[in-house]
Amino acid sequence: MTITEPKPSYKYVGTRLVRPDGLEKVTGRARFAADLNIAGQLHAVVVRSPHAHARIVSIDTSAAEAMPGVKSVITGDDFPAVDSSHRQYDMCVNVIARDKVFYEGHAVAAVAAATLKQAQAAAAAVKVDYEVLPAVLTIDEALADNAPVLHSHMLTRGAEPPAEAASNVAAVTRFSGGNIEAGFAEADIVIEREFSTKPVHQGYIEPHACVADTGQDGYATIWCSSQGHFNVRSSTATLLGWETTRIKVMPAEIGGGFGGKTTIYLEPLAVALSSQAGRPVKMVMTRSEVFRATGPSPSTKIRVKLGAKKDGTLIAGDAYLVYSNGAYAGAGGMLGAMTVFESYNIANFGVEALDVVMNTARSAAYRAPAAPLTAFATETVLDEIAEKLGIEAMELRLKNAVTEGDLSTMGFPLARIGFVECLEAIRSHPHFNAPLAPNQGRGLAAGYWFNIGESSSATVNLNEDGTATVVTGSPDIGGSRASMALMAAEELGIDPHDIRPVVGDTEAVGFTDVTEGSRATFATGMAVVQACRNMVVELRGRAAKMMEVEVDDINWVDGHAVYVGNGDSASGSSGDSAAKESLSLAAIARKAKRTGGPLTATGSLEAHGAGPAFAVHLCDVEVDPGTGVVRIVRYTAAQDAGTAIHPSYVEGQIQGGVAQGVGWALNEEYIYAPDGVMENPGFLDYRVPVASDLPMIDAVIVEVPNPAHPYGVRGVGEAGIVPPIPAVANAIHSATGCRIRDLPMSPVRVLEAITAGGASANGS
Amino acid sequence: MSRVHVTCTINGDPVEFLCDGGQTLLDALRDEVGLTGAKEGCGTGDCGTCSVVMDGRLLCSCLVLAAEAEGSIVSTVEGMADGDDLHPLQQCFLEGAALQCGICTPGFLIAAKALLDRNPDPTETEVRYGLAGNLCRCTGYDKIVRSVMDAAKKINAGTGDHH
Repeated sequence: MTITEPKPSYKYVGTRLVRPDGLEKVTGRARFAADLNIAGQLHAVVVRSPHAHARIVSIDTSAAEAMPGVKSVITGDDFPAVDSSHRQYDMCVNVIARDKVFYEGHAVAAVAAATLKQAQAAAAAVKVDYEVLPAVLTIDEALADNAPVLHSHMLTRGAEPPAEAASNVAAVTRFSGGNIEAGFAEADIVIEREFSTKPVHQGYIEPHACVADTGQDGYATIWCSSQGHFNVRSSTATLLGWETTRIKVMPAEIGGGFGGKTTIYLEPLAVALSSQAGRPVKMVMTRSEVFRATGPSPSTKIRVKLGAKKDGTLIAGDAYLVYSNGAYAGAGGMLGAMTVFESYNIANFGVEALDVVMNTARSAAYRAPAAPLTAFATETVLDEIAEKLGIEAMELRLKNAVTEGDLSTMGFPLARIGFVECLEAIRSHPHFNAPLAPNQGRGLAAGYWFNIGESSSATVNLNEDGTATVVTGSPDIGGSRASMALMAAEELGIDPHDIRPVVGDTEAVGFTDVTEGSRATFATGMAVVQACRNMVVELRGRAAKMMEVEVDDINWVDGHAVYVGNGDSASGSSGDSAAKESLSLAAIARKAKRTGGPLTATGSLEAHGAGPAFAVHLCDVEVDPGTGVVRIVRYTAAQDAGTAIHPSYVEGQIQGGVAQGVGWALNEEYIYAPDGVMENPGFLDYRVPVASDLPMIDAVIVEVPNPAHPYGVRGVGEAGIVPPIPAVANAIHSATGCRIRDLPMSPVRVLEAITAGGASANGS
Repeated sequence: MSRVHVTCTINGDPVEFLCDGGQTLLDALRDEVGLTGAKEGCGTGDCGTCSVVMDGRLLCSCLVLAAEAEGSIVSTVEGMADGDDLHPLQQCFLEGAALQCGICTPGFLIAAKALLDRNPDPTETEVRYGLAGNLCRCTGYDKIVRSVMDAAKKINAGTGDHH
């Protein structure tokens, strides 16, 4: 670990606590959504469109309704109409189609029956009459002058002059700074390249699942796995046209999400079916449904042009980004625009980003959404500039890297960040100068993700025995219970084993936003710290009562209320040798009844100052010149975590991001037939990396504390997926002399490039 | 359609259940026997999340008919710990942070135990190929591989003697 800034010494923060939920997970007892069964439950399946683009002429459910065991059948008509101007229109009509289907796998009806088999049989009996429409399956088709328009209401947002006719372009985003023409005119070298990428899936191992039970009183309970159960509640209520309070969502353990479970698919269908049938309804997606109907990443076409002076100073940058978000408007292009030039000081720049739609599944967030693809472009063009100027790739990045106070693409100054420190951590790593074998190459790349804050709540309850229960609203997707326990232990001054971190349902804890933007340990951690600090204020008051002294004479030190006398500082930050008396947290908790009742404190906040995360990766590949197969032989990843609350899970986030990025670089892609049917909706043909595809991944934690967080945390979940694609691409170039700019860099593509003698598919 | 009566041994206990002729062992374990440690990640034998050992063979329980379990001996993750004593693999997974979301963990533990049962001292490469039938999307496999090698060391040193 590299620690680059002095920080306070902590007793618990930074230790490797065995995660509180671990025992349940290694013994098979943890309850994920599909593990739940409720007495009397029905099983439901979704009827999905076989067409990529079609008008629904009619749906006849009568035969299905008459089949054995069938208790309810629903279609889009069973939900309130939703206007295209509604903020959540896309989500609503994605969950169940109304007049049109926009991709193969789009839900058109759902059937609940006593058994799964009966439900499947009845689903097959739902007759849907489609008028098949021409499908738009590529970005070029979507942008063509005569393209079929998916949504008649889609007027390009941000267009100048304002759009008057509907098109497949949902939005245009532009950022610029300086004078781009003058900048390029000043440049000694200008390189412009085009890139293309395919949709890839988040690939969480747990398919979406839920159980919903609508009671006689019209109130519904949903058990499901998600990245945010408050969002499941509000989105489900929106779709049903219900008040939010009619729905309670119980968070099950979540089997991976990576952004893909920040939205909903099944829950409103299950509630509607349950309401109709008067029975609980369970729904579990198949893997094929997960691939065909839940959020992949966008696909892209990206053009990046960079100009530099002879000494390597970047002076101008121009980017044109097109992100297809699948069937509905999304934000891929906008996020791409926010990330494409963010890591470097480029005085003169322009970015234009288009968000377009086409007849593929609606994209969802995938770990640092959009950023891996802009990094692919920028970081490989940078590599080429370094090569042509004869400057080391590392030196070029150090020369241009953003630091504190530099302006972001959107014009605000960056707070303290650790980009340079990450570059230096890689430069001083033994990997950096290690020898390479024949056919091997080494690639360097950097990545940026801005991270977000949003709303979080926490409740701390002290129990009679001096233990504490910490309730938050953030699902534990990768060890966050452990980090909540460590931060609470540090604040309260008690052993983390005496703290029970709990993920509360939507009625057990205050509103908490979705776990996204690497925000859980940052923002929900802040809420926990706030709740604990409120608790310490209360504990000092209770101790003052018990000791019969003024509260200002009590400090909180290492889990004890310590009398310091003379109205000394009540900061609680240090002990006092003059202490006359001390009461432990447990002693105060035991007497709570006599000093004012139960000890409960809450923290609720809108977290600001999520520190941007930077990552720098170094990758060695070996390329088989006869087959084009690329093997990752060594990988080192440095990332600024601010402060690593639990180093093992920080390393785990980095390593997981690398593995997903390597899969994206080398193997993964959605393959569509000419009619828009996905041809590889399973893990056999959509191949994610397995253990034998990867080496150990050396995760180097850099700690440049985030000034906005009480422990210096910056989110770590996402930045790790940003550099791998360009790191692998630059390594392949180092090994073969070939620049590959189209994903995935599969053996066929690599072999073609080698055979062509180093020229890439789109010329270099 | 009449159901099939199956008698077998699961995690050392005699078990009887009824299943449909077409029902998989995975569905029977989860829905008829009530053991939900084995998960369905794909239903096509590609992810290993449903791994169990049947008559000494590691297999995907989603690819086996429940009726084929008649007379067999089946081990699932629920049978790995000896009462409160965790198997060294379970202990090493916990201490080595080898799980993030935890959905693949039961399958990895079963596959890793099957690997160590036939190769008590595997190299890193052998561990990686031994676990290549199991998908994990969270960890990048680093901590899983390390934890399996740590467990092997523990077992071989006699400090993690178990079963």
